[in-house]
Amino acid sequence: MISRVNLYKLLPWAVTCLLIAPILALILSAFQIDDSGSFQHLIDTVLWDYSLNTLLMILGVITLSFIFALPVAWFVACCEFPGRSILQWALMLPLALPPYIVAIVYTDLLDFSGPVQHFLRALMGWQQSSDYYFPDIRTISGAIIVLSLSLFPYLYLLLRGAFLGQSGGLFQAARTLGLSPTRAFFRVSLPLSRTAMAVGLSLIAMETLGDFATVHYFAVSTLTTAVYNTWLELGSLTTAAKISSLMLLVLVILISLENYSRRRQKLYQRSGATHTELRFVLRGWRKWGVLTFSWGLLFFAFILPLAVLFYYASIYFSQSLNLSLWKYTLNSVWLAMIVASLALLIALIVNFYQRLSPGVLAKATIRLSSLGYALPGTVVAIAVLIPLSSLDLWFNRQLIEYGYSRVGLLFSGTLFVLVAGYLVRFSAIAVGSIDSSLAQVSPSLDSASRTLGQSAAQTIRRVNLPLISKGMLSAFILVFIEAMKELPTALLLRPFNFETLATYAYQFVSDEMIEYAALPALLIVLMGLVPFIVVSRLMEKAS
Amino acid sequence: MFIKKFLSSAVIFSSLSVSSFAAYADQVNIYSFRQPFLIEPIMEKFTAETGIKVNILFAKNGLIERVKREGKLSPADLVLTSDFSRLMMLNDDHLTQAVDSKILNENIPSQYRDPKQHWFALTTRVRNIYSSAERVGPAADITYQDLASPEFKGKVCMRAGKHPYNVSLLASVIAHEGKADAKTWLEGLKANLARKPQGNDRAQVKAIKDGLCDYALGNSYYLGKMLADPQQLSWAEAVNINFPNQATTGSHVNVSGVVLTKYAPNKASAVKLMEYLSGEAAQKMYAEVNYEYPVNAKVAPSKLVASWGEFKADSIALADIAKQHQTAMKLLDEVKFDL
Amino acid sequence: MSTLIVNKLSCFYQDNQVLNSLDLALDNNEIVCLLGESGCGKTTLLRAIAGLQVDLSGEIRINAKTVNDTGINIPPEERKVGLIFQDYALFPHLNVFDNVAFSLQKLSRKAQRQLVTEVLTLVQLKDYADRFPHQLSGGQQQRIAIARALAYQPELMLLDEPFSNLDHHVRFQLIDEIRLLLKAHSMSALFVTHSKEEGFAFADRIALMQAGKIVQIDTAQTLYSHPNSIYVADFMGLSNYIRVTVRDKYSYQSELGLLNCNAIIEHPINTHLTLLLRPEQLAVEVDPRGKGSITKVDFLGAYQHVSIVYLSKHYIVKQSNHDGNCMQLKVGDKVSLTVLSHHFVAFPIE
Repeated sequence: MISRVNLYKLLPWAVTCLLIAPILALILSAFQIDDSGSFQHLIDTVLWDYSLNTLLMILGVITLSFIFALPVAWFVACCEFPGRSILQWALMLPLALPPYIVAIVYTDLLDFSGPVQHFLRALMGWQQSSDYYFPDIRTISGAIIVLSLSLFPYLYLLLRGAFLGQSGGLFQAARTLGLSPTRAFFRVSLPLSRTAMAVGLSLIAMETLGDFATVHYFAVSTLTTAVYNTWLELGSLTTAAKISSLMLLVLVILISLENYSRRRQKLYQRSGATHTELRFVLRGWRKWGVLTFSWGLLFFAFILPLAVLFYYASIYFSQSLNLSLWKYTLNSVWLAMIVASLALLIALIVNFYQRLSPGVLAKATIRLSSLGYALPGTVVAIAVLIPLSSLDLWFNRQLIEYGYSRVGLLFSGTLFVLVAGYLVRFSAIAVGSIDSSLAQVSPSLDSASRTLGQSAAQTIRRVNLPLISKGMLSAFILVFIEAMKELPTALLLRPFNFETLATYAYQFVSDEMIEYAALPALLIVLMGLVPFIVVSRLMEKAS
Repeated sequence: MFIKKFLSSAVIFSSLSVSSFAAYADQVNIYSFRQPFLIEPIMEKFTAETGIKVNILFAKNGLIERVKREGKLSPADLVLTSDFSRLMMLNDDHLTQAVDSKILNENIPSQYRDPKQHWFALTTRVRNIYSSAERVGPAADITYQDLASPEFKGKVCMRAGKHPYNVSLLASVIAHEGKADAKTWLEGLKANLARKPQGNDRAQVKAIKDGLCDYALGNSYYLGKMLADPQQLSWAEAVNINFPNQATTGSHVNVSGVVLTKYAPNKASAVKLMEYLSGEAAQKMYAEVNYEYPVNAKVAPSKLVASWGEFKADSIALADIAKQHQTAMKLLDEVKFDL
Repeated sequence: MSTLIVNKLSCFYQDNQVLNSLDLALDNNEIVCLLGESGCGKTTLLRAIAGLQVDLSGEIRINAKTVNDTGINIPPEERKVGLIFQDYALFPHLNVFDNVAFSLQKLSRKAQRQLVTEVLTLVQLKDYADRFPHQLSGGQQQRIAIARALAYQPELMLLDEPFSNLDHHVRFQLIDEIRLLLKAHSMSALFVTHSKEEGFAFADRIALMQAGKIVQIDTAQTLYSHPNSIYVADFMGLSNYIRVTVRDKYSYQSELGLLNCNAIIEHPINTHLTLLLRPEQLAVEVDPRGKGSITKVDFLGAYQHVSIVYLSKHYIVKQSNHDGNCMQLKVGDKVSLTVLSHHFVAFPIE
């Protein structure tokens, strides 16, 4: 009896501890004595500019993502118009494109030397930049637009799910109470999707906070830039850790506030008619408006960057085709599979812990296990190295003490550290995804199963898991795609001779030779798309 | 008992895993700040000649931190850098060891290696000023200081000030003129920029071609690479390459280099590779393929690079520039150069 | 022997005492209804018996087996209780057959099929085995839930407001059906509701709960006519209260005159008491010289409730609709008020 209780409580905590050990190590190093004075220097000079930029980036990206995702989620879930069933999965495709690639494509297209301005100059006979006005792409606004184009699908995905899960009757009730469809949407449907919205927006905020590559291309300096500079150029781990800890602190406060504000909300599986049965058919200008917005969004977020990549890849095909590409693809795919499976497992463990023994502690495991997502990849990479390399050093000392020869970096020098780094970064996605789908399973189903003679474990297997299978699949795919795209963690933590598509592409990208990186980048997208489309088809069949 | 069992199974596991590079003597492990495609041809030749396998791990950031964390167990034998400041960081963090090699001493002139034999430069690159062929023509007597003078207002392009190449240039200015004058120079430079610092050195050449600016800071070998690329040839042809400060201190020179790590597991092979990299065959490849200036006096620069002419290099000791590295970083923050 | 014994059960939830040293016993083959206002702890008690509630103190025994006591908390799956939910809690991913066969994993497929068919026949849904829950009406879903619990052959059936999501007609039809079903299987059941009509129709005995305690448990009739407190009296039906004084062993003095009692009064002479008078224990008659006047008449078909003010006090009187006498009374009429019955329940004045 006692051992059973302990096991199921121990496991989630063990998992959480493993995930936050690197972050704790990082925070601890923030408290070391720092004699370089670089933190003070930052405060005296650029820290406020960086903080302001970070704040603007986060606010800008979540606002714009919201503006992108909300209408399309609503159209796809609750309206009927031609091509809806294609759009419903196609709008997730931008997730498969690494944001730093999209960033390069757009800066190339739109900066002064790019084809767009070239064309305009040729057309209008302008000679130099002072002859005309063209918005500068390498600004914070440019970065916000491009990041939003890459990240809005997270919110779209969650909002669409929430809209589909709502009772259409509530919306109709609002209509009969005298609300126009638009007002009914804002006063009923939207508040009801608050959980999904919160999860989606915090994922996007965290991703924005942790982004380095994209803002770097837009020549925007954020707090992440400060972390990189102080750590890697000034060599002050303490200052870098201090800034990272401050970033985490702000994030934790924001998320807790959000959580607190909707502590009384609890939504379980609907009863009654769904929106699916009550979709209203769009006609006339409404139809054309929706079609223009949705396909326009998809065009700029996915089709255009993809076309540019195809164009580059076709020009430089012979130079970039290379037998090793096949090997890198395999590496990327199976690494992403392992990471996605483990992240899913972690998400299930912490979420079922909360389901079985709800309370502050369980909630804490969920929040803590997600923190790594907000840290920049390189910071996570080094944070993971701190405990693992110490473990290796200890382990080898033990070996020698017991008369064995040392084995080297068993943990921090192998794929182990790479997988660990990915998990610290991406578990948040799986945890959030499982959290929201489990929230829709009524607890009385658990009670029913328990009183029908099924143990907690049997209940999870026979009732909960089948009911959240969709959520599990999408958690797996989201982590898989993220892992396919992930660059900084892979770059720094991989063992020798281990290339993923992303690291291979990066050696060209880092020198702004996007043309040579186009083919591996396309492979990243294609590999991300395969599971995506397969699952979308499966889901369509099921529904 | 339990621990013993656990340890022995771990030993078996690890011998199966890919981690135990230490077990083989006929290989060298490199942490590289330089892109593999730049150095792989040289490494392939080395392997063909010696039978020693070369493993490369490339990253732009964090490799020094990784060596530091791995400590005694680090599999890295060599660290290759693309600029001088990283060489000094490795040196200052005591992550290197001395190499006493007659071959290295013969191949590399003394100003390009550490007197204590902890670091060795392999190639040098000049921080040039490109000028628009159409609007300016050759500017043989241009100086870095000119870029900050009022008549250049709105005519200068450059990549991020925090990029190591620019930090290094700024550090050399500080070393020559002191912090206060350097700050004035940096402020003047910022005021003259045609656009916020962005892109890489190629992008600056492109900007000159498109008429956005007339002058740009850039490393010499980029021009060579662009001339060799049919897609970028027209950009490269739009600029003239100039060696700054010929009448004064000489052009700022940075180096790419190599160190032997403190706990290098394959020391013998690693030293062999260092010697190879400083040798004529490898130096010739650096010169011909990457358009860099070889440090080995017996090897001439490539024909193209030679055609840019002889130049006077800044003679200040690299170590003196490196001392100003932190000050330069902080100065860039103070004038908010990249913001 | 008792199927269920609950002994001094207490439960705290976030500093609230939800159950307060509660005692309860269920006989074999007995259906007991837990009646009470929302928040009185009745659902908590049900969940405690099912093993779904934590932080309990006290003892619970099911068929002589202790399932909860100090240091003992048998998990729900080992308690052999069937639990029926307000939202039916049918597994949406399983069809009717698999829902009903959910607890029958250990049986052979053939035995499963036989048992499932048997219980589906009992709830008259034999032909619905292939349907999914969302394809059924509410009443059908609840019958499937009952069938699922029956198939598990529990030792005790717990029902948590099982009928509250159903419309009136279906509700009482289903109550009759399920009651017969439970009785036919000699099964004890504990049933939670806030509706006394459901309780009257379904249960053998009714346990009225208030603030985590059972205040009275007995047949519906006893609870109605012999409530042990004003709370119970009010909960069970409309009531009038008058102040009386014990005159002697057989009569009270009141403002409605002398009230003769057909049982011996235990209270000493001259004690002041509150007397309960159900509306049907009173009668009104049109009387131009009467001290009362009619303020409202609620016609309810077989009878009507007449509200009157009598000596500036409000009374409700039930008047049966025979011989069309309901037609005679109108608002404003002067009436006289008389007490019909001689069974009295009196409470001490608080």
